[in-house]
Amino acid sequence: MNIHEYQAKSIFRSSGVPVLDGYPAETAEEAKNAAELLGTEKFVVKAQIHAGGRGKAGGVKIASSPEEVFDIAKAMFGITLITHQTGPEGKKVKKLYVEAGANIKDEYYLGITLDRKSEMPVIMASTEGGVEIEKVAEETPEKIIKIQVNPLFGLLDFQIRNLAEALGLDKAQTKHFAVFAKALYQTYDQKDASLIEINPLALLNDNRLIALDAKMGFDDNALMRQKEVLEMRDFNEEDPAETEAGNYGLSYVKLEGNVGCMVNGAGLAMSTMDIIKYKGGEPANFLDVGGGASAETVAKGMEIILRDDNVKVVFINIFGGIVRCDRIANGIIEATKKVSVNVPVVVRLDGTNAELARDILQQSGIENLITASDLNDGAEKAVKLVNANNS
Amino acid sequence: MSILVDKNTKVIVQGFTGKEGSFHAEQCMQYGTQIVGGVTPGKGGTTHLGKPVFNSVKEAVRKTQADTSLVFVPPAFAANSVMEAAEAGIKLIVCITEGIPVKDMMIVKKYVESQNAILLGPNCPGIITADEAKIGIMPGFVFKKGNVGVISKSGTLTYEAANQVVQAGYGVSTAVGIGGDPIIGYSFIELLELFEKDKDTQAIVMIGEIGGDLEIQAAEYIKNYISKPVVSFIAGQTAPKGKRMGHAGAIIAGSKGTATEKMEALRKVGVHVAESAAEIGNVLKTVMN
Repeated sequence: MNIHEYQAKSIFRSSGVPVLDGYPAETAEEAKNAAELLGTEKFVVKAQIHAGGRGKAGGVKIASSPEEVFDIAKAMFGITLITHQTGPEGKKVKKLYVEAGANIKDEYYLGITLDRKSEMPVIMASTEGGVEIEKVAEETPEKIIKIQVNPLFGLLDFQIRNLAEALGLDKAQTKHFAVFAKALYQTYDQKDASLIEINPLALLNDNRLIALDAKMGFDDNALMRQKEVLEMRDFNEEDPAETEAGNYGLSYVKLEGNVGCMVNGAGLAMSTMDIIKYKGGEPANFLDVGGGASAETVAKGMEIILRDDNVKVVFINIFGGIVRCDRIANGIIEATKKVSVNVPVVVRLDGTNAELARDILQQSGIENLITASDLNDGAEKAVKLVNANNS
Repeated sequence: MSILVDKNTKVIVQGFTGKEGSFHAEQCMQYGTQIVGGVTPGKGGTTHLGKPVFNSVKEAVRKTQADTSLVFVPPAFAANSVMEAAEAGIKLIVCITEGIPVKDMMIVKKYVESQNAILLGPNCPGIITADEAKIGIMPGFVFKKGNVGVISKSGTLTYEAANQVVQAGYGVSTAVGIGGDPIIGYSFIELLELFEKDKDTQAIVMIGEIGGDLEIQAAEYIKNYISKPVVSFIAGQTAPKGKRMGHAGAIIAGSKGTATEKMEALRKVGVHVAESAAEIGNVLKTVMN
């Protein structure tokens, strides 16, 4: 789960990670009030979307008066920002953050995430702040220093010194940095974060270090014990179909193709998408109905898949292990009664009671239902049906 | 011979009296696995499915001489249960539980290693040695006995692969699910090493997926240490970047962890890579001939 900059900064504020003053706003009027409350000479108006690269896309603007903040806010609300992280469809601006302006001497990058190789959190720092860190990593990886933090011992003083040195900070600045880095690592650890990114980390004229931007993501598995974080979830930032699927224990990701896929298990679901493509088709989605696929989950999955107008055929691929295939077959029949199915459905059921299931489906007399003997057969039939419809 | 488990393996079930634990413990017993008892704190002294229930793993080990534990404890408490098992002297811990926080797993993994125990999972289907012991949630009947070792990150894809192995005219020695989380216990390398040494295993099927670089590490290991033929499939060739595909670990970050990258690395070291999941059996057939 990801949160907005203003939410991350409120977490920072209460954890002792230095940030500037600022307030969120949902209307231009609120933005103006925020500026008046701040009472600074300069203000920064920042679009709140779950994606980086806002500055370049016009989502970050500087103002010199509350009136100017009002005008900027008015123009920014409702526009769609397209950045390198939003995808081509972009993200609509529904919330702003109005922050006090600051006099910046230098900008750095600071991030923490899980290093899967060492299985420890890794702190990444770079002097190349304020730019796309992905580009830095690709073009000049030597400009990013990485330090692994053993979770048993936490962030150690010498590691902080190493980071400060790599950033070229002087003695006074290093003192500020030590406080900053310690608080930041603690926040990462205590909040079960999966990612913290500060880009830029700003060095102000008075040598203070400030998180000028803040991006936070969290380990979904840990949200059960992070109630405060969970309350920050913004459903506006999520795909409604993916959210709905999640509520039913289904894992759904929409793609661009026209072959809808419903599968049990993540690995088999990915493989099913792959084989559709391999056979010359395009998968419309990833959908894992989970290990305990039931009549209800199958029906819900069908409903979500068919809501996508691109879908011209559905391929149901279930390897019944503990779940018996005859039950799944009945679930599919139930689903076709609940949801109007106007595209062909290719069904491949294998595993426990597979033959019985095939008989049930064939005798159901449901139009559009095509049974397949195995994965290969199912994928071929599904792709053939789509291509026949296209020609 | 086989790897890690056989008919002599003595298993306790943690989370024995819960819904999942009960159901699968019974299935394992029906398969022939020696389930010698279970642990549910607070229910010690009672009997469940005809087996004794203990309050702690330590007590269970003392009274039953169990060497293996099968964990169904809910995610909020699972980390603690795995560490309890390791401390009590359990040698193999099979953690089925899905949804354990990464932060917990960082600690668990270090702890389990410090106790010289082996962890499989979490979020995995378990391990099965055909006709001897099933310690997990897989459908036992799919795994006909034979000489092919299976290692997989994914549950149902393991069943699919085992089924194809059998359809192709072969069978399975031991099949191991390692799980699709970002931090897992035993991985491809440790299991490849065991299969290489196992004289009942003639070939190895290795099923990976997008995310992380365990498959790349495995390729390097295969190049240097594995003489038996390896057939592999990597799931997620069509997965978009930055989207989590079901498993917490199945996500492509930047340009790293793609299926193409992994398939190329494996091919380079002589692994027989199946282009699609339906080809696993066919590729195995050509390798075995």
